[in-house]
Amino acid sequence: MPKDHGIGASSKRREDIRFLSGLGHYTDDSALQGQAFAVFVRSNVAHGRIRSIDTTAAAAMPGVLAVFTGEDFKDVGGNPAGWLINSRDGTPMREPKRPVLAHGKVRHVGDAYAAVVAETYAQAKDAAEQLAADSDIEELPAIVDMAKAVADASNRVHDEIPDNLCFDWGWIEDNRAKVDEAIRNAPHVTTLHLVNNRLVPNAMEPRASIGEYFPGTGDYKLTTTSQNPHLTRLLVAAFVMGIPENKLTVVAPDVGGGFGSKIYHYGEEALVLAAAKKLARPVRWTAERSESFLTDAHGRDHVTKIELACEKDGTFIAFRTETLANVGAYLSNFSTATPTFLHGTLMAGPYKVPNVYVNVKTVFTNTAPVDAYRGAGRPEATYSLERIIDKMCRELGLDPFEVRRKNFVTTDMFPYTTPVGLIYDTGNYQATLDKLIDLADVAGFEKRRAASAAKGKLRGMGLSTWIEACGIAPSRLVGILGSRVGLYDAATVRVNATGNISVMTGAHSHGQSHETVFAQIVADKLGIPESSVEIVHGDTSKIPFGMGSYGSRSLAVCGTAMAKAVDKIIAKGKKIAAHMLEASEGDITFEDGKFSVAGTDKAKTFGEIAFSAYVPHNYPLETLEPGLEETAFYDPANFTYPAGAYLCEVEVDPETGKVDIASFTCADDFGNVMNPMVVEGQVHGGVGQGIGQALLENTVYNEDGQLLTASYMDYAMPRADDVPFYTVDHSCNTPCTHNPLGVKGCGEAGAIGSPPAVVNAVIDALHRGGLTHVTHIDMPVSPSRVWSAING
Amino acid sequence: MYNFDFVKPSTIAEATAALAAEGAQAISGGQTLTPTLKQRLAQPAVLVSLTGIAEMKGVCLGDGGLSVGGATPHAVVAAEAAKHYPALAALAGGIGDPAVRNRGTIGGSIANNDPAACYPAAVLGSGATVITNRRRIAADDYFTGLFSTALDEGEIVTEVRFPIPQKAAYVKFNQPASRFALTGVFVAKYADGVRVAVTGASNGGVFRWSEAEAALSRNFSPAAIDGLSVDAADMIHDLHGTPAYRANLVKVLTKRAVAAAG
Repeated sequence: MPKDHGIGASSKRREDIRFLSGLGHYTDDSALQGQAFAVFVRSNVAHGRIRSIDTTAAAAMPGVLAVFTGEDFKDVGGNPAGWLINSRDGTPMREPKRPVLAHGKVRHVGDAYAAVVAETYAQAKDAAEQLAADSDIEELPAIVDMAKAVADASNRVHDEIPDNLCFDWGWIEDNRAKVDEAIRNAPHVTTLHLVNNRLVPNAMEPRASIGEYFPGTGDYKLTTTSQNPHLTRLLVAAFVMGIPENKLTVVAPDVGGGFGSKIYHYGEEALVLAAAKKLARPVRWTAERSESFLTDAHGRDHVTKIELACEKDGTFIAFRTETLANVGAYLSNFSTATPTFLHGTLMAGPYKVPNVYVNVKTVFTNTAPVDAYRGAGRPEATYSLERIIDKMCRELGLDPFEVRRKNFVTTDMFPYTTPVGLIYDTGNYQATLDKLIDLADVAGFEKRRAASAAKGKLRGMGLSTWIEACGIAPSRLVGILGSRVGLYDAATVRVNATGNISVMTGAHSHGQSHETVFAQIVADKLGIPESSVEIVHGDTSKIPFGMGSYGSRSLAVCGTAMAKAVDKIIAKGKKIAAHMLEASEGDITFEDGKFSVAGTDKAKTFGEIAFSAYVPHNYPLETLEPGLEETAFYDPANFTYPAGAYLCEVEVDPETGKVDIASFTCADDFGNVMNPMVVEGQVHGGVGQGIGQALLENTVYNEDGQLLTASYMDYAMPRADDVPFYTVDHSCNTPCTHNPLGVKGCGEAGAIGSPPAVVNAVIDALHRGGLTHVTHIDMPVSPSRVWSAING
Repeated sequence: MYNFDFVKPSTIAEATAALAAEGAQAISGGQTLTPTLKQRLAQPAVLVSLTGIAEMKGVCLGDGGLSVGGATPHAVVAAEAAKHYPALAALAGGIGDPAVRNRGTIGGSIANNDPAACYPAAVLGSGATVITNRRRIAADDYFTGLFSTALDEGEIVTEVRFPIPQKAAYVKFNQPASRFALTGVFVAKYADGVRVAVTGASNGGVFRWSEAEAALSRNFSPAAIDGLSVDAADMIHDLHGTPAYRANLVKVLTKRAVAAAG
């Protein structure tokens, strides 16, 4: 009988009440007394030297209150890189300054080099146009192609970086010789060149920021679209503006999607604060969609050569990869971690392969900065692995299901240390594969294929068995690896006098159902109704310091902090109950919302205990403080390792190249599941984005660095009829061994595992149709690309 | 947007007069013009709405065929043309999405003549007559290239009159992002021959594939297209398709349109 409340129930989302009826409150919805409007002046060339900016005419235009250029911020801190990576030779990565407003040079189309603040939005736009006309920018040749960027020392994105290289990273460098040797001696080596296509995050809500300054107190307030208000506060206050954190409050209200793009600090946030201080009025900015396309951190953009060395029977001997990873014009906060420690460390997959070596060169180009986007490095790793395994199977005539099975880490091998430095705690990859084969009716494929053929369509199926590392992250480990931040999280559980609960969390929901699921967990542990638990997030003046929501960490890390705080509440409750029930603490049990003396019917309800804590008349005041509020900070012992198996079936129309997804089946291991409906929704969304990457989305800059796909006329987003009804299962779960909830996180899995399943299915369809000359098609596998591949 | 004045005449005569003013621009459904204004790519002083003109709205059967008022939204054509000219109705029903179809009009579409729009294929494929507030223009004379038509400054498309064919079909292959026609082929069989109009494919905009017309006039079957092809050199090359791919689609979609026409 499925549960109807608490942990494991598909409780309906309380957030939907406001989100589906237009009652949500997003940053742009705020209307503040005296607010002024900021508009940014952005470069329309990809690379240029700023010769002069004459602000006179713009400053004199109607309604204009202030004009800013890069000159105004040249002594202010740059936007810092959050993770230090060392190159193979031990030298630290290059960290060029990323200023609030571009100064000296503009380095990508959309790079803001000035800003106008005016009474109305239209006035600010008019003045911004004037300012653009009065700016003299000498256009320089654009650096767009990564290979050329590294080879041509005469053309530099940053003048001090001759080869446009941020770093040249090897992992694990000490193993390289051994891996090279293993490949040299291997009976079979498969090679594949592939592109992991650049994506624009396209959150439905564009970025927006409102800065306020209060001259009476010297306090600042930033309302902004952030996935992590405390991290934003730390970066803006301590690193950029140079103000004490306790003088800045950051509030992220409802946030309409992020997918990573709203983790980072952006210059617009600093600008509105500086402008608010100068004018002593609120200053606001909301991106137009074209600004979002040009300046929200893009995702992916790897060019990879991968080699798989194996025995003739398909037993893996080694994986070796070389990747050029685009970071764009400037380092975003986690640009350096995404292609390294979130990518290279996953290159063993769920397999017991003994040799793995990863080389990543990150390259500056005159394009938008690139950083984490749903999956952040793990989709790149999974795509490379699952594509090359598929290619190897075709070369050797081996069954892709059997090859996975033969190479999986088995259940008796956990905890399993991979050759790329991770320790998988637990999993059962065979079980999810078996479940997948059953659910997807692999046995019935041939019949479906024949039916498709009768309609003139080629049908194929594509497998992807994936693993990822999330629940980010153990602070000491990531510190050793170069992280400049800790990755713990925090929760304060405040029981109110009448027994209802406020939970202040460092997580910040931008679509993840936190208000519902966290309430389920707290209510379940305390034996109280879900409706008596309120989740508070997004306001640094209310919540303890947490690192926010990304990397599928909200449940595993923020949720564990919450669970530990609840444990402290229960522990204190037992002390109170012992006093009230005149028993010893050791005899008190807590179950179903009641504190009881074991073996008797003497009990107090949670509500009675709560009231007593706040009206401490019958209370052990000599030994116990009043109140019932506890905080816990939790630093995870390890990453978590969700894993799963996906099968995609496609129909290909060989005359037009159109690919239709006939079915998509997911068998996932997320550890314990808190709310099945929410987990399914997460997988649906993730797979939808993966299908988008595989078949539709592409971010194209021309050789002048102009973004050709800067609107939905050319950037193809997945729509409802591009995706099938998914079959999603998470019954084969192995609870995480190192957090008390036993959870692994599920937010990114769909986007990680799905792209190779789709591409493998297309190649399979073509091969079954006799078109075996097609060994690979790069994403997006558009109709035009399929047809061109077929027709050489 | 930049500031503009807005007038909404209720007759063609009033609209003609309003459009004679300096900086006046006609707006019908606004499905192209409104985004253009929002991006500040145009700065008309006055917008003259054509959507309040009753004599420019509606679908009716007359001599000369099916008459569609220039300011008739696609959704109305999709519903009301179905009985007499199903292929035209289906084309209208495949433009954009429901919101677009409730506003976009045939007059606006063909006055703009986007090289990937659907209506030009129907107008050219039917040998329709474009009726303006000044004259009547045959379809073969109306489309003059990318975004260009025979219309003069201030001339309004008040009506399009479609001769009704014996059989017809429109097959469109969506550009995956915009869902405009990457290539779209309209085939119509009349007593005096077959017309094949192609949109989305050519650098010159909508065109008639005369070789296919001749072959289909002799033998109206998909097989008639087998040995034929269009020259890839004339085809559009962009992010979504190479010239060779478009040339291929012209052929494939023509065959599918013939099969769909019955």
